[in-house]
Amino acid sequence: MGRTLIEKIIKAHGGGDCTGGDVVWMGIDNRSARDFAGANVVGNLEKYGGDSPIDDPEKTFFTFDCNVPANTIPYATNQHRIRLFAREQNLNVWDVDAGIGSHVVIEEGLAKPGTTTIGTDSHLNIMGAVGAFGQGMGDVDTAFAFKSGKVWFQVPNSVKVTLKGMPAPGTEAKDVALAMLKEFGSHTLLGKSVEVQGEWLHQAELSDCITFSSLGTEMGAIILLLPPNQNVLDAFSMKREEAIYADDDAEYEKEYTLDITGLKPLLAAPPNPHNVHPVSEYRETVVDGVFIGSCTNGTYEDMAYAAKLLKGRKVASGVMLKVVPATRNTWNKLLHEGLLADMFDAGAIVSNAGCGGCASGQIGMTGLKEVQVSTSNRNFTGKQGRGDTYLAGIGTAVASAVFGRIATVNDLEEV
Amino acid sequence: MAALQLKGRLWVLQRDGELISDIDTDMIFHNQYLAITDIAKMGQYSFDNLEGFKDFAELAKPGDILLAGDNFGSGSSRQQAVDCFKCLGVTAIIARSYGAIYKRNAINSAFPVVTMPGAKASDFNHLEVIVLDMDKGLLGAKKAEPMSGVQKDIFFAGGLFEYAETLK
Ligand code: SF4
Repeated sequence: MGRTLIEKIIKAHGGGDCTGGDVVWMGIDNRSARDFAGANVVGNLEKYGGDSPIDDPEKTFFTFDCNVPANTIPYATNQHRIRLFAREQNLNVWDVDAGIGSHVVIEEGLAKPGTTTIGTDSHLNIMGAVGAFGQGMGDVDTAFAFKSGKVWFQVPNSVKVTLKGMPAPGTEAKDVALAMLKEFGSHTLLGKSVEVQGEWLHQAELSDCITFSSLGTEMGAIILLLPPNQNVLDAFSMKREEAIYADDDAEYEKEYTLDITGLKPLLAAPPNPHNVHPVSEYRETVVDGVFIGSCTNGTYEDMAYAAKLLKGRKVASGVMLKVVPATRNTWNKLLHEGLLADMFDAGAIVSNAGCGGCASGQIGMTGLKEVQVSTSNRNFTGKQGRGDTYLAGIGTAVASAVFGRIATVNDLEEV
Repeated sequence: MAALQLKGRLWVLQRDGELISDIDTDMIFHNQYLAITDIAKMGQYSFDNLEGFKDFAELAKPGDILLAGDNFGSGSSRQQAVDCFKCLGVTAIIARSYGAIYKRNAINSAFPVVTMPGAKASDFNHLEVIVLDMDKGLLGAKKAEPMSGVQKDIFFAGGLFEYAETLK
C-alpha cells in the first residue's frame, strides 16, 4: 500500500514502514531550543545528560527570538545560561540579532525538503512549507532529542486538502490560510497531518508556503505539509528526486476540496483565528495600531510588498505602524535596497529582527479598547495585550494603516 | 523489573453509567497546587476537583488501575497530573483516548497509559480485581491496544532519560 508524505519522511528517518497510529522512534536532523524554554532544556541536560549530553553538536543549536535583546532580567538570565552551556558544549547559538528561529533554520538551508526538525517553538510545524517535518515539543522531549538525536512520535493520520481554482488578484497566502481556518475551524483537522495541493500551491513562492503552513497550529493540525513545488526546490537548489513526495496510491483518512476561486481578502476578528470574515465587512472599523511581521508574514517578500505599498504614502495620523522583519538577512536586504527607507518615510516604526509583536510584547502591547490589525497568527483575548486584534495579510494591514480604518489593498488605489 | 501484566482493583470513573470523558488536568491536579514539587506530597490532591471522586486520594490503594472515557488528561502540560497517581501507587490508566501532551508526559515518565477505544463502563464492575495485560492488550477479557514498542522501551528503562542512557 502507498504511503503518505509524513509516513515517508518518518520512514526515511528510521521510523520503519509506518502508518497512522504507529508509535515510532524517528531521527531528528535539526534539534533546536529557543530562549523560551531553552533554559529548561539546559536544566534537564545538566540533570540527566551525564558525560555526553549532546548527540551531535553539528545538528544541535539554540535560536533566540522571543525577547531580543532581552528586556527582562529573567529572559536575560535564561539566555545567558544557554550561552554558557552552548560554549561549553560547542553548540551554535543564533543569538538575539539573528531573528525568528524557524526562519533562520530555513534560510540556512538546514530545514530543507524531506528533513526533520524539533524544538521548543509551537510553530515549528511551519517546516511543512518546504515538505519537511517540524514539530514543537516540550523541554523534556527537546532535551532528549539533544542527547539522543531522536524522539518518539505517534504517526498522525493523514488527510488531503485540494485547493480548487485561483484567488482574485490582490489576495495573499494569508487570505488562503484564513479561508482554511474559516472552512475547518480548529477541530476538523485536529491531530492530522494535512497534505495540501492545488493550482495555487503549484505556483506559490517559498514565502507564500511559509505563510500558509505557519497557520497549521491554529487549525489544530500536526502539520500542513506542502509537496515541494519548483519554486521551493529552486530555493534549496534541489532536484525533484532529492525531495520526498507521497506515493501516488497513498491512502488518506479523508479528502477535502476547498474552492478558492475568486477568493477576496479575509480577516480573523477577535477573539480567535477561526472567526474569519471578508475584510469588506469590517470597513470603517477605526484602527489604532498595525503590526507587520511574525513567522507568518515576516519574510523578505512580505516586507518588500509592504514597502512597495507604503512608498510615497503616509500612515494615517495617530496610527502606530510597527514593522519587524523576521530575520537579520531580511533586514540586511531591505536596508541596502532602500526599502526600509520607504517604510520609515511613510511613518513606520521599524524594529530589529525577531518575533517582535508576538512574544513578550517586544514592540509594544495593546491597551484596553485599542484596535490592532496584525499579520501575525494569534488573536486570542489577552495574547497581544488587552485590545482587539484582527489578523490579516500584508495588503490589508498596510491599507488599514494608511486609512486609519480597516481597508483592503484595492482601496489604496484611490490614494 | 517492571512487568507488563498487572493485577489490581479497577476504578471505573463513571457518571450516570457512562465513562467520564474530558477529565482535564485541573480536575486531576488542580492548578492551586502547582507550586508543589515533591512527588510524595502530590497524591493527596489527586482528583480532588473531579465531581463524584473527590475522596479518591483517601480510598485509593497501591496497585489500583483507572478506567476513563475520551480525552483523558486534556488541558495543561503539568507533569503533576501524572506524578500524583504514581505517588498513590496507581499502576496504570486505561482510557478511550488521551490528551496528546498528557500521553507524552506519562510515557516519558514510564507510567503505563493504555488506550482502549471501545471501553464501556457497563463491561466492568467498579473496584473489581482485574488483570491488565499490556503486552497482549487485554483488560480482563476485553480488547485494548497493546503497548507500543517505544512505550515498552521507555517503560522498562524507567523513563525517557533512563532510556537514553541505554543507547550509548
Ligand atoms: S512570531 Fe510569534 S508565533 Fe511565530 S515563532 Fe515567534 S512567537 Fe511564535
